Amino acid sequence: MKVGYYPGCSLESTAAEYNESLKEICSMLDIQLNEIRDWNCCGATSAHCLDEKASFLLAARNLEIAEKTGMDLVVPCSGCFSRLKFAEKNALSNEKYKGMSTFRGSINIIDMTALLSGSTVLEAMEKKLVKPLKGMKIAAYYGCMSLRPPKITDAPDHDNPQSMEKILAALGAEIIPWTFKTFCCGGSLAITRTDIVRDQVNRILDMAAESGAECLVTSCPMCQSNLDTREDEVSRQFSREIYIPIFYFSELIGLALGSGNAGSWFMKHQVDPRKLLSEKGL
Amino acid sequence: MIERIAELTGNEIYRCYQCQKCSSGCPFAQYMDFPPAVIIRMIHFGMKEKLLSSETIWVCASCETCTTRCPNEIDIAHIMDALRQECVREGFKPAGKNVYLFHSAFMSSIKSYGRVHELGMLGKYKLKSGNFFDDLKLGYDMYKKGKIKLFPHKIKGMRDIKKIFKKIIN
Ligand code: SF4
Ligand code: SF4
Repeated sequence: MKVGYYPGCSLESTAAEYNESLKEICSMLDIQLNEIRDWNCCGATSAHCLDEKASFLLAARNLEIAEKTGMDLVVPCSGCFSRLKFAEKNALSNEKYKGMSTFRGSINIIDMTALLSGSTVLEAMEKKLVKPLKGMKIAAYYGCMSLRPPKITDAPDHDNPQSMEKILAALGAEIIPWTFKTFCCGGSLAITRTDIVRDQVNRILDMAAESGAECLVTSCPMCQSNLDTREDEVSRQFSREIYIPIFYFSELIGLALGSGNAGSWFMKHQVDPRKLLSEKGL
Repeated sequence: MIERIAELTGNEIYRCYQCQKCSSGCPFAQYMDFPPAVIIRMIHFGMKEKLLSSETIWVCASCETCTTRCPNEIDIAHIMDALRQECVREGFKPAGKNVYLFHSAFMSSIKSYGRVHELGMLGKYKLKSGNFFDDLKLGYDMYKKGKIKLFPHKIKGMRDIKKIFKKIIN
């Protein structure tokens, strides 16, 4: 399978392990990721807060580049995905943006978890499984942006998404059902309102532990970094010991498919997941 | 006020019957001075000063829960965007000063390079907000782990980016 690939700024910095693990597992699964040339920042949460037109045009430029390749565009970052989908929908059907972009809608914009939870990919994953994640109690955490609003994202079940659960099931993990999988962590306030963010992170980690999860798995770089970097502060602020590693779903796929590089991804986390993994014999 | 917001975000705003679904589902309502349903009512009443100087519009994290759930298809998250933009356009002092400064630093990074350069962006934000010491240790940890690049990557298509920023009002 050949697809266009829009990594986005986070995957080149704070989510480097997401990018590295994705590239590796995609090559293991015979998915060719073709990074679109000279892409720009999608505008993230900042552009739409300050200027709507800019938020549309920044995202639309990437769609125009991707469309020229003729390949569907896969987007790993939930934030980028939501902005590119926003531009897609508005370029095609909003009078306000008419004539502002040459994007014609001849390619699809696909969320990475949707691509990797497709049935043929799952079959390939099951065939290549060398280290099943047996006994690992995992809750999938999606956050907001790959899901809401469904009118923009086309998410099939925005209140109870299943793409990561399907993947985790194929990897042999024990899936923990819980109610906080789409609760917002406050990622857009991560730097500016750490007071609020610590409250939200505390709520999410608390609910995960209550539900019996030993770790969380996510596809959103803002969620991962928000939860991973604030966990230690939250432990101290709320005087309780928390140890819940936050994985990218691609890292767990890599681990289960026997990648030799998994250790180098885990080293980049603030909450070191290797303690949990060694307890599980992984 | 209502005409302006309706013009920016659509006429659905007239449909609100104050069911409070947006407020009750908002994960950030407890940190706001006015919950989202009250914001909508204030727009109906034309309370411009209060709206544009409210904390709410800078606390809203754009999680889109309200927009997804509103039974009248009112895009409340989009209205929050419009209010933030009006606040700046009309020269009001943003009640969430740091949130505003952060977004500005982020946009100026895109304007310079076409992509975001975290280190430069955060440096600029810290300089303007005066929060020099927050998260320094965390930043250093991330640098050691190879997550923060010292130098920005400038895209080739800077002409496109310049054109986009020419069209910016704020
Ligand atoms: S959910 Fe919609 S109709 Fe109900 S109060 Fe909020 S904006 Fe009004
Ligand atoms: S988008 Fe803003 S107002 Fe709406 S639920 Fe989320 S935080 Fe609350």
